[in-house]
Amino acid sequence: MKCEDVSKELIAYLDGRASASERQRMEAHLEECGACRNRAAEMRKVSMLLGDLPAIEPSFGFDARVRQRVAAEPQRGWFARLVPAPRPAFAVALLVALTVLVAKLPTRNTPVTTQTAAQEQQEDFNAINNLGVLENYDVVTKMDALSELAPATAPQPDKTQPDATSND
Amino acid sequence: MARSDVQLMLDVKAGDDASFDFLLQKYRSPLVNFLHRMVRDTATAEDLAQEVFLRVYRARKQYTPSAKFTTWLFRIATNLALNSVRDNRYARLAVPLDAPPEEDAAPMELPAREMRIDEHMIERDRTEFIRRAIASLPEKQRAAVLLHKYEEMDYGEIARILDCSESALKSLLFRAYENLRVQLAPLVAQPVEQRAGEGRPS
Repeated sequence: MKCEDVSKELIAYLDGRASASERQRMEAHLEECGACRNRAAEMRKVSMLLGDLPAIEPSFGFDARVRQRVAAEPQRGWFARLVPAPRPAFAVALLVALTVLVAKLPTRNTPVTTQTAAQEQQEDFNAINNLGVLENYDVVTKMDALSELAPATAPQPDKTQPDATSND
Repeated sequence: MARSDVQLMLDVKAGDDASFDFLLQKYRSPLVNFLHRMVRDTATAEDLAQEVFLRVYRARKQYTPSAKFTTWLFRIATNLALNSVRDNRYARLAVPLDAPPEEDAAPMELPAREMRIDEHMIERDRTEFIRRAIASLPEKQRAAVLLHKYEEMDYGEIARILDCSESALKSLLFRAYENLRVQLAPLVAQPVEQRAGEGRPS
């Protein structure tokens, strides 16, 4: 045992609560270390001095005052018997009430989104209705560009395919 | 056959106020003494002890014997005492600097180690000297020493009351007794001839 280890075991050694092996190790250390031996002797004296300190007695009216305060405690009524733990019960009730309240509240985002989508749809519809180009179909039918595209869109014979009739 | 404290408390829980009175009789003196040594004021100690009993009574319906009754009782007492000491310390700090000094307040200085016992015995009462040494300890060390020395509780019980491990408690107790050894040096110091054999620490 080293001097640093004494700090955790010395009190138990002095008050007789150390195990047999701890006591032996401590005694072996105290045998060879004068500083720890002196410290142990002084601590033993400290313990004896503390034991010399006289005890005080509670004042004459102490018990009466305790009984008076106990008697002044409110008695448990029917509510207390019904709800033995009022604080947790109150907390649960509060939680339930808050949950219901939050569930009943109108949510902010959903209706606004629906309304916006409906509005956008209506605006798009109005925009299409107001398109002048759709009111005058002649503009579309008489477009020169369309007539030029017609031959180009006709299917062309595939030159890369071999002519089956000529081979047979 | 004598009922255990736990059984008495269970009887209180069942509505037997006589059992509460029995516990009051049994623990009034240890509690008042413990609190008196913690707060160093008789009136405050009695007020706190009343509060401890009142809290025990109020908590009777929720009482479950999960630990020793004394662990529970002294845990309440320790917490109240620590709060009181801390509140009192802050209240004392709030005293204006130009306030007149207390007439009965003795100086807190402890005698020097070199002072002979008979010299300081003239200066101060021995008992008061020991009380002051205890009062000079930090609150948690003080509570540990009082529970260890006067209530003779085992380490496990004190550790539960002070909410620390047994290993931490042993270190706490060592520091507390070491502080007391220094504070009480004029009463406990080994004579020089005995100290001569003091070797080097290993």
